[in-house]
Amino acid sequence: MSPEARIIPIDAAANRLSPSKAARLVGNTGPQPAARRSTKVASAPPAGEATPPVEPPSDSELSALPDELRATLEQVWEFIERRRAGDYAVDEFGFDAELNDHVLMAILRPLYRSWFRVESSGLENVPATTGALVVANHSGTVAFDAMMTQVALLDDHPAHRHLRMLGANLVFQTPFLGELARKAGHTLACTPDAERLLGRGEVVGVWPEGFKGIGKPFSDRYKLQRFGRGGFVAAALRMKAPIIPTAIVGAEEIYPMIANAKTVARLLGLPYFPITPTFPMLGPLGLVPLPSKWFIHFGDPIPTDQYPDGAADDPMLVFNLTDQVREQIQQSLYRLLMKRPSVFG
Amino acid sequence: MRGNMGRIVLVTGASRYLGSRIAENLAGDPGVDRVIGVDVVPPVVPIPGIDFIRADIRNPVIAKVMGDARVDTVVHMGVIATPKQAGGRSTMKEINVIGTMQLLAACQKTPSLQSLVVKSTSGVYGCGAKDPAMFTEDMEPKHAPTAGWPKDSSEVEGYVRGFARRRPDVAVTTFRFANFMGRHIDTAMSAYFSLPVIPTVLGYDARLQFIHVDDGLEILRRAVHARQVGTFNVAGDGVMTLSQAIRLSGHLRLALPEFLLTPVGRSLSSAGLLDFSYEQVRFITYGRVLDTSLVSRTFDYRPDRTTQEAFEDFLARGEEMSDVA
Repeated sequence: MSPEARIIPIDAAANRLSPSKAARLVGNTGPQPAARRSTKVASAPPAGEATPPVEPPSDSELSALPDELRATLEQVWEFIERRRAGDYAVDEFGFDAELNDHVLMAILRPLYRSWFRVESSGLENVPATTGALVVANHSGTVAFDAMMTQVALLDDHPAHRHLRMLGANLVFQTPFLGELARKAGHTLACTPDAERLLGRGEVVGVWPEGFKGIGKPFSDRYKLQRFGRGGFVAAALRMKAPIIPTAIVGAEEIYPMIANAKTVARLLGLPYFPITPTFPMLGPLGLVPLPSKWFIHFGDPIPTDQYPDGAADDPMLVFNLTDQVREQIQQSLYRLLMKRPSVFG
Repeated sequence: MRGNMGRIVLVTGASRYLGSRIAENLAGDPGVDRVIGVDVVPPVVPIPGIDFIRADIRNPVIAKVMGDARVDTVVHMGVIATPKQAGGRSTMKEINVIGTMQLLAACQKTPSLQSLVVKSTSGVYGCGAKDPAMFTEDMEPKHAPTAGWPKDSSEVEGYVRGFARRRPDVAVTTFRFANFMGRHIDTAMSAYFSLPVIPTVLGYDARLQFIHVDDGLEILRRAVHARQVGTFNVAGDGVMTLSQAIRLSGHLRLALPEFLLTPVGRSLSSAGLLDFSYEQVRFITYGRVLDTSLVSRTFDYRPDRTTQEAFEDFLARGEEMSDVA
């Protein structure tokens, strides 16, 4: 068990079902077989954890175990029970913080620590309690860069901040992906949602290169693509939230895209269909990302609160700020690349 | 003329559950002089304290009723949600759209009228992947409803806006309600959550909001007195996901791919088990969340029950039934 692996919430007693509710649920329905999603939760234990029991361990079984492990198992069981009873809260965006922190992030954490060996820096540039807009470069065919940034802010930031990303509507149309994205706290890239999140003091993540960035050929690695329409800058200006230009090095090499099967992409309704040295040639094995060495640097924040109200409606200012953000990320990328001894460093 | 003293309120759709409840509440309200309930069918149980007139709002006779009674407030509850209630989709559409047009024509010809309160639905926002996380009242639908009750409601709102332009002296208040929940109300959603095995769309988990019946009735009652112009979202605080609601209900969830769900829904509908239209399938795929800050600011109103509490009150219905049995 790796020492970093987080386990299920500690204050189990506080989260226990209220007796009346538990009684009602049980009395009402009797024991239920686990529903689909519960099964999913149950079968996705935090990394490095012992497989959670599917039946509550009996006292005699438990007493044979060391105290620490027993406490852990009890917490895991508590967690599964609570999930199965529906006794948890989601916010308006569908963000299921408990599921995100203890299951989804637990799956990504070994990738972050051991596979990509991500080194994060500049976390002091991300505010601890107020809203901010993290803007980063996008690459790697599959959006691991976004997910790793999320882990960086949750685990490495002293205030353990949740990164609320803005995604393309394709994400929310796609079965499973859309559901997971909502549960992990992400939402559609649109002005009302960006402003609502910033207004609530959340850290919002945008990848303004979009599919142009993530689906670019390997030969274009670390060359920033065009930055959308600057909608993210306007949102930050309106909410007076600082923009944090963020550079991610390493994601470009996880799935080096040597060609794009455009016809297949069109048939599947996807923005691109990657051909990498291993995919689709090696089949499922080709889905394993290459273990490149990663750096994530959160750069100096660009403040937006010194501009007057209505500055978001000044297209020249928005364009200039967009360029400034882009330039800062590009410079930061070059610096990080110089620092990295080799791709697999 | 009468200022703020006693109102004469006409309630349409007074024989159905919500219409009869609001009529009854208004009849017990000291600020209301007289309540006239109108519907095509008489109420199952007579509503105490109201004058019931059996009339069709599609018929011009309604104008005469309103003029004679010097009605000053109309509460329009007469938009039907499911074809089953009306006895067919075409009748439903006629009652909803033509009925509203006739009612508004009558309203226009009633000089005593000062206020119109319309019960609409959040269904007018449609639902889909391109929706913002929360709808505010000024947002245009990204996936406009194409059929059924939400479509009718969009058209009704259109006619109501037209009326508001023609009679600027009348305060028009429109409420877009989230799905009503409670232990006594029967809706498409309550029928859905009563299924022993609840079909859902594989790979999607809709975000849902409910409004408890009592809270919905309270805002309608306040609107009769407040005479606020505007359109307002109404929903209980908080959000639940569909999977969470099913877990709370203790029923089984059966996730089906979308292309299978539509035929399953159709066979359930034709068996008369529930209404499971295309719009309904979209709703359980994507769901919808409303921003309710405008209604709380304007009416200083916060529903007593959250979304989850409204849903739990609906679940308590099962207990009541088993108590009887």
